[in-house]
Amino acid sequence: MALLEIRNLAVEFATARGRFRAVDGVDMTVEAGEVLGVVGESGSGKSVSMLAAMGLIGWPGKVTADVLRFDGTDLLSVSPRQRRKLVGKDMAMIFQEPMTSLNPCYPVGWQIAEALRAHHAVPKERVQHRVIELLEQVGIPDPSRRAGNFPHQMSGGMNQRVMIAMAIACKPRLLIADEPTTALDVTIQKQILDLLVDLQRQHGMGLVLITHDMGVVAETAGRVQVMYAGQMVEQQATDGLFNTPRHPYTAALLDALPERAIGRHRLPTIPGTVPGIDDRPAGCLFSPRCKFATARCAAEAPVPQAGVRCHTPLDDAGAPR
Amino acid sequence: MSATVAMPSRLTLFWRSFAENRGAVFGLGLMVVLIVVAALADVLALHTPIEQFRDNFLTPPVWAAEGDWHFPLGTDDVGRDMLSRLIYGARLSLMIGFSVVAVALIIGTTLGLTAAFAGGVVDVFIMRMVDVILVFPSLLLAIVVVAILGPGMFNAMLAVAVVTLPGYIRLSRASALVELNRDYVTATRAAGASTLRLMFDTVLPNCMAPLIVHATLGFSTAILDAAALGFLGLGAQPPTPEWGTMLAGALQYYQRAWWVLAFPGFAILMTVLAFNLFGDGLRDALDPKLKR
Amino acid sequence: MLIVPTFIGVTLLSFTLIHLVPGDPIEARVGERGIAPERLAALRHEFGYDQPLWKQFVDYEVQVVHGDLGVSLVTRQTVWSEFLTLFPATIELAFCAIGFAVLIGIPLGVVAALRRGTPFDYGLMGASVTGASMPIFWWGLMMILVFSVGFGWTPVSGRVSDMYFVEPWSGFMLIDCWFSDDEGACRSTLSHLILPTIVLGTIPLANFARMTRSAMLEVLGEDYIRTARAKGLSGMRVTVVHALRNALIPVVTVIGLSVGGLLGGAILTETIFAWPGVGHWIIESIQRRDYPVLQGGTLLIAIIVIGVNLGVDMLYSVLNPRIRR
Repeated sequence: MALLEIRNLAVEFATARGRFRAVDGVDMTVEAGEVLGVVGESGSGKSVSMLAAMGLIGWPGKVTADVLRFDGTDLLSVSPRQRRKLVGKDMAMIFQEPMTSLNPCYPVGWQIAEALRAHHAVPKERVQHRVIELLEQVGIPDPSRRAGNFPHQMSGGMNQRVMIAMAIACKPRLLIADEPTTALDVTIQKQILDLLVDLQRQHGMGLVLITHDMGVVAETAGRVQVMYAGQMVEQQATDGLFNTPRHPYTAALLDALPERAIGRHRLPTIPGTVPGIDDRPAGCLFSPRCKFATARCAAEAPVPQAGVRCHTPLDDAGAPR
Repeated sequence: MSATVAMPSRLTLFWRSFAENRGAVFGLGLMVVLIVVAALADVLALHTPIEQFRDNFLTPPVWAAEGDWHFPLGTDDVGRDMLSRLIYGARLSLMIGFSVVAVALIIGTTLGLTAAFAGGVVDVFIMRMVDVILVFPSLLLAIVVVAILGPGMFNAMLAVAVVTLPGYIRLSRASALVELNRDYVTATRAAGASTLRLMFDTVLPNCMAPLIVHATLGFSTAILDAAALGFLGLGAQPPTPEWGTMLAGALQYYQRAWWVLAFPGFAILMTVLAFNLFGDGLRDALDPKLKR
Repeated sequence: MLIVPTFIGVTLLSFTLIHLVPGDPIEARVGERGIAPERLAALRHEFGYDQPLWKQFVDYEVQVVHGDLGVSLVTRQTVWSEFLTLFPATIELAFCAIGFAVLIGIPLGVVAALRRGTPFDYGLMGASVTGASMPIFWWGLMMILVFSVGFGWTPVSGRVSDMYFVEPWSGFMLIDCWFSDDEGACRSTLSHLILPTIVLGTIPLANFARMTRSAMLEVLGEDYIRTARAKGLSGMRVTVVHALRNALIPVVTVIGLSVGGLLGGAILTETIFAWPGVGHWIIESIQRRDYPVLQGGTLLIAIIVIGVNLGVDMLYSVLNPRIRR
């Protein structure tokens, strides 16, 4: 049984100009102990679909799905109380902005202890000891002193380590990392990523790594899902995706990687922008920007087949079929 | 002026943003009613505000059993028509509000701009004065000032203007300091504009939005404080139909004539509410940053 | 705020204001009746009004620093001792009003923020702008009309019914009657307190509710609230421990800043309810032209406001770890 199973997930927001579908028909499966990369531009619905799985979409958002199941528990019908027993314990999440994701009014140790206490993860008298242990585990020097620090007294990298310590406090089976390194300095990015992967291996957690950085995915993920405008457009094993992308959008993303553009004068870009609330095309959402688009693409929305949402998926040579 | 060309579209935009706020539109409506009533007091009022009808002491409002259509809201203890007094009171209240705000705005802005432009000792002196005034509860300070100058409507207005000065000084100084660092001010200065011209012609127009909002809200403070002084016997003196003064005069009748108490205070509440709602709406519409 | 210059400024202002009285306070007090010139000169000398102005100010400053605020022209008691007997009544009332406003205003603001855009929210915001616009001298009269005259539920004036004698050892009626073991006196004290508390607390209540709502709305959108929910905490815990704790930082500042306005409001409230406190005393001093009392009372209130502002600054740094070193 898969750890996390999602079928046909949709998230809608009521806005002043009508309903906006941020996520549309997303399927996803995460097995225990695997690393799944979720890639896409900002606003492609990567974070929103994961927030929906965590039950963190509040008013004015609305979540629907055919299946939304964590380790056999149906998250659609579960009571809020039952869900809170899972969230933060068996499924945990860390966020993009470590500096603002920690409460400025409490010491970081207290905030980790709160997660432990909420789920009775360790006996009361052991909480403080466990906090120090966790801080040590995520590589924070002098943990017993740092536990008393407030978030504003620490660097972004340190705060992200605290966030990770908080997320793994109750030994979750699934960890969702939402762009965990985007807000950090380049030198720190690598450290945090390594830490995440180490912890994932040690604990045998499932890890969903949301990122817009193809390089990060190549280094860490076993499998990749690509999202575009709220839809999942392709999923493959990492090697396959990098060697033989099937969706034109994936191919275009890869072409835009600087290391693949060596020898050319100019880095290729994808013309146009992600459709917003007003300019969603009738057919394939990528068709206005796709260099292989046909009349059919503009008129008829493709359905995912063999992991690709495209009428004319690319062959091994990169040409449309 | 070139600004007039751009006016209509900006005004339309402003109005659209303002009209979203139903409270603000309600406040504006109330204000218009008040202004019309005040302007047409001579036409609308059935009697003069000081005419005493000796046969009609404490006549109840018209819907009560002994009501009289000559006096729709009843009469007070010396037989004056409540409605007429309230109508003339509206004129007084708006006049008080306007004079106080005008005086405080002009003096306060001048002092604030002076502090911002002069800097140094002058700035420190002015701002320390502001701090000192702010330490006193404004109503208390107004009471003390009137106690010293002697009771009366003019002195009450002066007192309220004095105690509301700090707000205008602080606001105009703060916005002027922000503007002073902008390039257009440097450019104007380099072009040889005099300090006075720089203060009032270059910088001031760009500081107006927060001042206008503050002045609108200042109307309600002025009207409320002036009425409170009237109520304490320190403001307008009888038989002036000032609402707070009317309340003070009616105090002893609270057990047998509720209407002499209820209406003047209700009029104060509605007037203050109108300016507060309008001011809040104005702030939201003029400063989208503050709006959530 | 720099305390020493502010303090000197405050004393200078209160000194200047009193000397703007036409003639001098003695002359103003005897008014048109007039008294024998020798008697006037003697009185002037007694109160120091025959000295040059700068000397008077220096003397005044020295006196104030030594806690000497002069003597009432009417009762010949020191201003300080009169203030001490009356001040507890004002504190008691102000404390109850702030408590009332905090205990009702903050929860209402929190609920409005959680239910933003609902009829409850709109209703509460409408009520709060109305409350903030309230002429409290009229509001008090309306309360008396309805609850005292109409229903006969509450007394009209004073702190306790004449039927009871309570030994005033602390000056705080609530404490004194508690220790007097007289249930009737306690009940009477409470019923005398209700209306003044509501009247004086109305404007702060409206302001606190509005402030809490907007601070909560801001905080609820913060990333750390999402983090707290991702920990699996209950909605109540997220709201109170994480959101409210942060929202209180600006709200406490507003509470502190409202103390000045509250003391101003106390003048009106005490006048309406014949509450024997400092506000009542100041208004009486004006009617009696008792200028030392007016001057001393005003100065003492200003000093209290300075003290409260200092306290708020300190509380702010306790509440906000970001400015703590």
